[in-house]
Amino acid sequence: MNRFLTGGLLIATLAISACTNPDRLGGDDEIAGAATGNAATSAAADPASPAFFQQSVGDRVLFEVDQSTLTAAAQVTLRGQAQWLMQNNDYLAVIEGHADEQGTREYNIALGARRANAVREFLISQGVPAARLRTVSYGKERPIAVCSDESCYTQNRRAVTIISIGSLS
Amino acid sequence: MKRFLALIVAAVLAGPVWAQEPLRIEITEGVIEPLPFAVPLFQAETAGSEQLASDISRLVVQDLANTGLFREVPASAFISQISSFADPVSYPDWRAINTQALVTGAVAVTGDQLTVKFRLYDVFSGAELGDGLQFAGTVQGWRRMAHKVADAVYSRITGEQGYFDSRVVFVAESGPKDNRLKRLAIMEYDGANVQFLTDSSAIVLAPRFSPTGDRVLYTSFESGFPRINVLDVATVGRRQLTTQEGEMAFSPRFSRDARRVIYSLSNGGNTDLFMTDLTTGAHSQLTSAPSIETAPSFSPDGSQIVFESDRSGTQQLYIMDANGGEARRISFGEGRYGSPVWSPRGDLVAFTKQNAGRFHIGVMRTDGSEERLLSASFLDESPTWSPNGRVIMFTRETQGATGGPALYSVDISGRNLRQVPVSGFASDAAWGPLQP
Repeated sequence: MNRFLTGGLLIATLAISACTNPDRLGGDDEIAGAATGNAATSAAADPASPAFFQQSVGDRVLFEVDQSTLTAAAQVTLRGQAQWLMQNNDYLAVIEGHADEQGTREYNIALGARRANAVREFLISQGVPAARLRTVSYGKERPIAVCSDESCYTQNRRAVTIISIGSLS
Repeated sequence: MKRFLALIVAAVLAGPVWAQEPLRIEITEGVIEPLPFAVPLFQAETAGSEQLASDISRLVVQDLANTGLFREVPASAFISQISSFADPVSYPDWRAINTQALVTGAVAVTGDQLTVKFRLYDVFSGAELGDGLQFAGTVQGWRRMAHKVADAVYSRITGEQGYFDSRVVFVAESGPKDNRLKRLAIMEYDGANVQFLTDSSAIVLAPRFSPTGDRVLYTSFESGFPRINVLDVATVGRRQLTTQEGEMAFSPRFSRDARRVIYSLSNGGNTDLFMTDLTTGAHSQLTSAPSIETAPSFSPDGSQIVFESDRSGTQQLYIMDANGGEARRISFGEGRYGSPVWSPRGDLVAFTKQNAGRFHIGVMRTDGSEERLLSASFLDESPTWSPNGRVIMFTRETQGATGGPALYSVDISGRNLRQVPVSGFASDAAWGPLQP
């Protein structure tokens, strides 16, 4: 039980850091670069920009081992995502579900589908039209952290909301 | 097996009294003491075919020795030499070096045409085991002809079908762990002659052969979403299989009559099993539970399906009627069980087991009894059966940032674990049938 609580706290911390440090857009350098006014961060300063969605709102939530329930921290992030999506009506989203490597390939695809769907359902409950949200699972095929211990696994057990303008297909 | 070993020992000690006991390995219990065999260099019957004769002889030796059931008596121990395929062999010379099975052969090349013939001798009985056989093919196909000789020898000595002239379809992987490129590839069972079937532009997973080996089902992310493709091995043409509508389709497998495909479909976060009849195009839903149902595999007679489900709270194995309905749980040991595959003989189910931070490949009877673990490592998964049901190939992944998957094989006795030599990372093997 102690271990579980520690895990919960760790995940909460990481979920917050993920908001400001998304792997897809590089790291702290770009955030720190806001003052220097480079293109990437000036874009991120625009609340209607995808960069703002990824960096400030937070494009991902993390999950416990073999779970698809949304943590309190995940729900905070997703409320932000829902709000952003409702303010930016021309964006569609594909929610990617992922698993860590500790599991069989087929099961992890199914588990990623559960995680992606948990996010989708939550966004819908917050008012995002279902037609703008699709899900996909990558199972354990696309880890972002490559070590084989919990410090990486916790980052890989994730659902990432990928936004784009236009058709979902 | 013990009975057989006892006979061998007796034969060595008592000589002619036991000499009529036929050459035989009973594989059932696994072989502890491999049977000594010799393959003198096959005769080159046409000028210039010496190299091929040598290559073919070596491959016959390699096929047999790698089973762990046979042990090669090296040429350096030979007393008599074979100078002609037609001449009688000198049994005492082979008995003296304790060779129990002797394989002689000859190779002839005419243009692009290759013929390979062989004879198998039961040295202690002083008689040929079966008639001499001849195979004809092309020079390029020389490996297959060596495999056929080895299959015939294996079959005559064990009384069971061999598995050397068979192919394996698998996923060839390259690139860093966080951006792995995956392509379908096909090779001979021993890792030779790798040919790619797809490019690496989309993730591909878990290929599965049709019963005759002419087609491959696999999961592809080509569309951006997991979908089932069917690929024609000869033409490398592929098309998306029309499944029941769903967000994601994966984990397909053919029925043994190739008429039906079973697979998983995910909708609204829930994964169930479905079946599509390829002749009628009809789809049917086999399970409807809020849990994950995936990795289905038909029994050889097509009447039942083994699959995994977490309906009990963790991944476990279940068997149900091929048309759906009530399922009975068969796995009850500690840990989680996944990716079940019904054996070609019908008596066993191979599976992946996850317990106490380790992964295992194992087998159990179809009622769940006699569970036996064959391997243990950081990550073993995806078992596939040799066509004769005696060997299992599986994926073993090493850990860490530089880790990656490789293919291994192991006897169902748990003996003879060996890596299949494939250059680069390889995963998700599916072992095809013995080729005609």
